[in-house]
Amino acid sequence: MLDNHAKLLYFFSKAKQVTGRKKLQKMIYILQQCRVPFEEKYQFHFYGPYSEELTLRVEELCNLNFLKEEKEEKSNYHQYHYSITEDGATFLNQFEVDIPEIEDRISVLQNCSARFLELVSTVLYFSYLPREEIIDKVHTVKPKLKYTDEEMNEAFQFIDELQDKSSH
Amino acid sequence: MAYKDEQLIEEKVFKDPVHRYIHVRDRAVWDLIATPEFQRLRRIKQLGTTNLTFHGAEHSRFNHSLGVYEIVRRITNNFADRERWDREQRLLCLCAALLHDLGHGPFSHSFEKVFKLDHEQFTQKIILGDTKVNQILKKVSVDFPEKVADVIAKTYSDKLVVSLISSQIDADRMDYLQRDAYFTGVSYGHFDMERILRVMRPMDDQVVIKATGMHAVEDYIMSRYQMYWQVYFHPVTRSAEVILSKIFQRAKVLYEDDAYQFQLEPTHFISFFEERVKLSDYLKLDDMIVYYYFQQWQEEKDDILADLCYRFINRHLFKYVEYNPDPQINAGMELYQLFKEAGINPDYYLVVDSSSDLPYDFYRPGEEEERLPIHLLMPDGGLKELSRHSDIVEAISGKKRTDHKLYFPKDRIQAIEDTNLKKRILDILYGKE
Repeated sequence: MLDNHAKLLYFFSKAKQVTGRKKLQKMIYILQQCRVPFEEKYQFHFYGPYSEELTLRVEELCNLNFLKEEKEEKSNYHQYHYSITEDGATFLNQFEVDIPEIEDRISVLQNCSARFLELVSTVLYFSYLPREEIIDKVHTVKPKLKYTDEEMNEAFQFIDELQDKSSH
Repeated sequence: MAYKDEQLIEEKVFKDPVHRYIHVRDRAVWDLIATPEFQRLRRIKQLGTTNLTFHGAEHSRFNHSLGVYEIVRRITNNFADRERWDREQRLLCLCAALLHDLGHGPFSHSFEKVFKLDHEQFTQKIILGDTKVNQILKKVSVDFPEKVADVIAKTYSDKLVVSLISSQIDADRMDYLQRDAYFTGVSYGHFDMERILRVMRPMDDQVVIKATGMHAVEDYIMSRYQMYWQVYFHPVTRSAEVILSKIFQRAKVLYEDDAYQFQLEPTHFISFFEERVKLSDYLKLDDMIVYYYFQQWQEEKDDILADLCYRFINRHLFKYVEYNPDPQINAGMELYQLFKEAGINPDYYLVVDSSSDLPYDFYRPGEEEERLPIHLLMPDGGLKELSRHSDIVEAISGKKRTDHKLYFPKDRIQAIEDTNLKKRILDILYGKE
């Protein structure tokens, strides 16, 4: 019962605070690709993998007062901050969730920019293709972001290292 | 004449209750409709278990796919003389619209959840694999199957083409809202599509709506909102969906138990249980096959599988109560133990269903997300996000209502012989503490 909600709360309990909805979406997707058993379904939405199920589940957690959502006004957009509440922690205690080594990976992802995580998640989405075709795809679906060759290489290296972490 | 330009000598029409007529003139479209992969969609209900609540909801993925095709056909006709529209994309749009749901299986959502599948991947496999559909698309051009698959996967370079089939105001949603409203018989779900089609304008990477058409779009957003809560999230339908998931789960558990011998071998499901599904296995499944097994499994020796199938086939569904995990989580945990004590396996008979378990959504302005919001084309040529201009849309796309329900077989609880145990369970469920 509500195991998927508990898994997400576990993620927030380890992440302490997540800033930005896009960053949250990308972090969960990347962790999923590293075999962390989050079950939210992702689809490609115009510019990258996005999970409506995750958005809804986060809203449910906020409405239940298990998660706190703070809205920060920026110059031409809003930014959202998420953190687990005391009620959320109490709820989580009822479950035996244990995802080994998730903390390391979360802290690596926390230190990346949303732009970079967007690139990494898009590369992962097309990971069934050969490397050159992945690069072409990224340029096709994200022409406005103009990712450089250096960023592309960095993304591939980052994925290798992150997946290496998950296989140990 | 090249196959891509080939037209039927006479236009063919399909009578349709929603759009009155569906018109086909392109040879490629006509040939695609005749393929076994597309005809299979006749045997898959659009709304899965909704017919157990709204008995009219027997329409199929076939009806809906033709409907989406027809809407896109009308849009591309309207766009034909517009400056930003590339007429070369017309056939691609029509084929992608027609085939967008090709990979749906029976009771897709529950089936995919239990067996960890994705119908969108099967759509890709059917279009790109060794199928009749692929043969026809290849006749248009060698790279045409890939283009169609990319449009449906939303990874095609021309975002305007993608947005006709999948965006926040696309042909897919416009068809299913009207069609589902028609077949369920509900009075909401209707909106003035003709007006919306007239005020759609092609831009570089999306379709936008001329600002004067805002009220028609508001109506569409309201329909989407009401259909969500009144039809798609109907608790009786969700109850059937809960039982359906549990049947698939139980059958898989029994298959993995060497000691259990099925009376009717689950031949069609074996590759799903073993997670090695081939396209040919997938294409063999339809609603009829699933119903056949459920019908037969009512006679299985396993009480849980037989009971769940009986419930599904005979609409003897679970009852429900509203459930708020905060502060009711402890009550939920206690119920779990009490069900065990009563000999009712809580893994199959005590289920929380949440709004996030439903594969439908409502409009969101799309802040910081990957989804493109609906944009209005203002008189000065600028674009404005819909909810910033419409009070109605702003009101219903703000803070979301979410919902959790607890499902259980009330008849089994009533039949518990230990009166104290029964009373305790009922007291927790119905809040008489």
